Amino acid sequence: MSSPTEFLDTLLNITPTHYLVVAFALFAIGLAGVLIRRNAILILMGIELMLNSSNIVLLAAGRSFGLQEQSAGVFVVFVITIAAAEAIVGLALILACYRKWRDVSADRFNLMKW
Amino acid sequence: MSYSLSELVRPLIFYLLSFITLGSAIMVVVKRNIFHSALFLILSFFGVAALFITLDAEFLAAVQVLVYIGAIAILILFAIMLTRRISDPLVRQTTRSYILGAFVGALLLFFLIFALLQLSPTTPYAPQTVQGGDATYPLGELLMTNYLIPFEVISVLLVAALIGAIILARREKRTGKRGEKR
Repeated sequence: MSSPTEFLDTLLNITPTHYLVVAFALFAIGLAGVLIRRNAILILMGIELMLNSSNIVLLAAGRSFGLQEQSAGVFVVFVITIAAAEAIVGLALILACYRKWRDVSADRFNLMKW
Repeated sequence: MSYSLSELVRPLIFYLLSFITLGSAIMVVVKRNIFHSALFLILSFFGVAALFITLDAEFLAAVQVLVYIGAIAILILFAIMLTRRISDPLVRQTTRSYILGAFVGALLLFFLIFALLQLSPTTPYAPQTVQGGDATYPLGELLMTNYLIPFEVISVLLVAALIGAIILARREKRTGKRGEKR
């Protein structure tokens, strides 16, 4: 990456590494969302963003590191299923907490803290 | 070294999709109104689905649109509307240490990219053509042969999550007034 033309070359030849960088950025954004927001629903959204980034990593790395054909796709199916299960349970918990305390702020949920 | 137009199409599409995905993800985190956050989340999911298509995973892109946008995002929108009074923009939306949170995210990104550059797999992206032109068939075959037991386990997990969600979201019976129909 020394000369500008080489830099342009690496920029325009899309490799799985490019996809990995995008996925890492998405993961970091999701993590920041989980850490800086109070609303529990938005924390769930951040987790969904992180799971999405893991799917991109699986598909890009499955191509790059020579997994068995389409094995990465199977794992993506599993991750999507787990994300759906997690969203269902998380939102049910949030609604139950809202009904109890009329609040969905994550720092309000301290019932099990001692 | 000059590039022809056809060589530029794939990078341009990739960068456009990445911009849409990451930009709307950032908007999810920074928007004060959580309803707007959810709408940007849907846009981000669409961007990821399009990235799946550029990775030759058309079936998974369809699953992404169906499950994430059709189910999870709509569920999140429902939850926001059910908790509307709390989610209005007047309530303080960030934790006290939000600078620290953003810093941790940036630090993680830095370390991940650093580790990736140490690894640096530079194999160029080559679209692989599956025989018959359909990547869905081997996916289904793997699910029914090599990954049969994980597939069954994940089905049980999904059922367990559904039952748990129903139990959690059910209204608690009020103990004070007997025989009250709710």
